[in-house]
Amino acid sequence: MSTLTEAPPPLAPQAPEPKPPKRRGRWTPYWLLLPGILWLVVFFALPMIYQASTSVQTGSLEEGYKVTWHFATYWDALSAYWPQFVRSVLYAGTATILCLLLGYPLAYLIAFRAGRWRNLIMILVIAPFFTSFLIRTLAWKTILADGGPVVGALNTLHVLDVTSWLGWTAGDRVLATPLAVVCGLTYNFLPFMILPLYTSLERIDGRLHEAAGDLYARPSTTFRKVTFPLSMPGVVSGTLLTFIPAAGDYVNADLLGSTDTRMVGNVIQTQFLRVLDYPTAAALSFILMAAILLMVTLYIRRSGTEDLV
Amino acid sequence: MPFVNWLKRNLVVLAGLLTLGYLLLPNVIVTVFSFNKPKGRFNYEWQQFSLDAWKDPCGVSGLCGSLSLSLQIAFWATLGATLLGTLIAFALVRYRFRARGAVNSLIFLPMAMPEVVMAASLLTLFLNMGAQLGFWTILIAHIMFCLSFVVTAVKARVMSMDPKLEEAARDLYAGPFQTFVRVTLPIAAPGIAAGALLAFALSFDDFIITNFNAGSTVTFPMFVWGSAQRGTPVQINVIGTTMFVVAVLFVLVSMLAGNRRNRQKA
Repeated sequence: MSTLTEAPPPLAPQAPEPKPPKRRGRWTPYWLLLPGILWLVVFFALPMIYQASTSVQTGSLEEGYKVTWHFATYWDALSAYWPQFVRSVLYAGTATILCLLLGYPLAYLIAFRAGRWRNLIMILVIAPFFTSFLIRTLAWKTILADGGPVVGALNTLHVLDVTSWLGWTAGDRVLATPLAVVCGLTYNFLPFMILPLYTSLERIDGRLHEAAGDLYARPSTTFRKVTFPLSMPGVVSGTLLTFIPAAGDYVNADLLGSTDTRMVGNVIQTQFLRVLDYPTAAALSFILMAAILLMVTLYIRRSGTEDLV
Repeated sequence: MPFVNWLKRNLVVLAGLLTLGYLLLPNVIVTVFSFNKPKGRFNYEWQQFSLDAWKDPCGVSGLCGSLSLSLQIAFWATLGATLLGTLIAFALVRYRFRARGAVNSLIFLPMAMPEVVMAASLLTLFLNMGAQLGFWTILIAHIMFCLSFVVTAVKARVMSMDPKLEEAARDLYAGPFQTFVRVTLPIAAPGIAAGALLAFALSFDDFIITNFNAGSTVTFPMFVWGSAQRGTPVQINVIGTTMFVVAVLFVLVSMLAGNRRNRQKA
């Protein structure tokens, strides 16, 4: 590689260069990129194309499928499964908002108030990642079990009467209801909210808070006018990192929900792995992908931040 | 009212600690129920304290096999994704070239795509190619979705690195290879390590993509998924508890090591 890419070193010290220093040959970056990009093209981009073609095929499993540009599959899939689509957006949206409400105080606590406990709390946020998320989701079955302490307490406080009236729970059960699914989704994706929030909160200069205080801003005003706007990059990337995977998730709906709480992920999984109706499954995942990309683009435009990662 | 004032001042702390409790509650339950002696097949109700599962964690057929398979896949996926991802990260930070924007979006898209979409499309590809689903298809898929995360982690570190250090090395007559091994790599190492750790955790824990592309191969998450239908053995809680403890110890040790190194420098 070096024989082909070596460039002569600059002879004299030059004026400050523009940031990325151009060294070695023109081909080096392409050699560096080649293996990884090839991997992504073959196993990420190409499959998308295959799936696009599958979604407009007709045929049967026995006789094989052919591309017939049968776009009606999209319409049929959408009209058959729109409740699951709506549910996915609703559940994932609720879980995202809950994650923001729950995650913000914890991220704030770690960034500004934890002192010497900061590292310990950080470990406790990250460590559950290493216990299989399926095991932890199953633990929610124990926590929310019928007649368990949580359900008992909610019953005593008459919370379940209200939530049942709203349609979030059914009778004196929490498991197998929308509430349980949203609870699981919130729990599972909470760390994806906390970590970006923490990163952007930590970057805020503490002197800005003092300055706001010196200018007679009350703590709530300081938060509203200084802290929260400055943490917007974290809010945006946190909500995206929570919403996108939550909208496609089928594990929580399957383990904690019932047939009435099926999300679009459940449908795709069933169509693909059990019914083996590949065109419908492909069309469904394309609609999901398009919907998410559209929402994400609009959201990024509106929140006016391109700083994602 | 001193109490109300105290409450006002510490509201954030209390709310934060409550969230922390919410995050850790399932881990507490997993740990407690690893000492349970369930009556039926399902380990959802507390019956009686017992150490049986801890004495014999592999006592359930298929459990430790799936665990070792998951560890192997995670190891190779981490190695592959870290290698490919580090190269991409260096190319992106250090060079201006055409198609940079396209490469950046190709890196970003897998992270912005619901897993189920990637899983289904990859299965479409494998079915079309007539590939045998199993170890290799899982490994290919895992390297694919871990790659972007490694690139992001390494990129962040390399971007904050001062190019003057490498120039200095070159001024001191270090060759390109020597500069890379003695200067660049040590500075980038924490980013690479973070990327590798993330890749390992993601691969080891992945269920959705594996579920689509595993065929009849059973990884640990798939074993847990299956057991949720058949009846969960207590041993699963033992493994879950062990994983949590090992992770905490690992992070603690690496943090202490980091602290000591910083103190020596100071």
